[in-house]
Amino acid sequence: MSQQEALFTYCLRQADDLLILSHRLSEWCGHGPVLEEDIALTNRALDHIGEARNLLTYAGQVEGKGRTEDDLAFLRAERQFVNTKLVEQPNGDYAFTIARSFLFDAYHLPLAEALTKSSDAQLAAIAGKAVKEAQYHLRHSSDWLKRFGDGTEESHRRAQAALDGLWTFTGELFVQDDLHQGLVKAGVAPDLIAIKASFDETVDNVLAEATLKRPVDGFMASGGRQGKHGENMGFILAEIQYLQRAYPGAKW
Amino acid sequence: MSNNPNNWPLWEIFIQSKRGLEHKHVGSLHAADPQMAIENARDVYTRRQEGQSIWVVPAGAISSSQPEDAAMLFDPADDKTYRHPTFYTMPEGAKYI
Repeated sequence: MSQQEALFTYCLRQADDLLILSHRLSEWCGHGPVLEEDIALTNRALDHIGEARNLLTYAGQVEGKGRTEDDLAFLRAERQFVNTKLVEQPNGDYAFTIARSFLFDAYHLPLAEALTKSSDAQLAAIAGKAVKEAQYHLRHSSDWLKRFGDGTEESHRRAQAALDGLWTFTGELFVQDDLHQGLVKAGVAPDLIAIKASFDETVDNVLAEATLKRPVDGFMASGGRQGKHGENMGFILAEIQYLQRAYPGAKW
Repeated sequence: MSNNPNNWPLWEIFIQSKRGLEHKHVGSLHAADPQMAIENARDVYTRRQEGQSIWVVPAGAISSSQPEDAAMLFDPADDKTYRHPTFYTMPEGAKYI
């Protein structure tokens, strides 16, 4: 695989995580538990989609075949999406949605911070814009996780159940395959061991305050980065891509 | 969307748009505590670059004049135009008055 192909795939990995998570969060629009949270989640979905757009546009430029952000978002098949399985998990209850975002945020913030030092100027610039957003996202999800964990018996139970259910999807965030290692050597991508250390520290600190237990590492799900998704992914893409599939080239 | 099932208290939100300017009342929202009120205010009232500082005040902490007292309180100022500094001649060259 050439450096160019590796960079293309690396951009898609990040973009697809953000695009799919953004879609999941957007499903809360109009259904939030309170008006203020409804708006908070929608803001967050827009932040994620903004960063995804930058990454998809750049991926298209790197690929050099004239594909736009829209082509990449709306016209790729399921097997060509390389997001982790974490972000495609259904929303569940509010504790589950918050826990899913918390685990992603605890990974996304140190990743964005590290990418600001990437040897690839465009990736560094995109990450530079994302860092402040990611700081706020982590604060928002941490605060809610603490409220749930240290709240009522029921909110504690639901938050713990969410973490226990999601933990198996966290391993995939930190897998370094040959493609990734090549980009680390080139100074493009950060070593995920450092990102994992930051993730662990955030998770331990927040869970301690939340009086929640860190789940034990067991079987870790994988496959998302290779395009092998769970049963939910097809439904997500059906909703995201319906319009462009039914009316190719439609504009408004 | 459910209608505030938790009975969270109401907070009045004040946003400062620029350093040096006053904090202006922009509206109210529900939140469980000051921290949540500030974060909610950030999401509800500063999405379009409206502010650079947020104050939140429990709505119950604000005392208000009563509408039925309006005539007594405010009408007496109606015929006292001399309280406006409009009867002075502006000195030559004074710009910022």
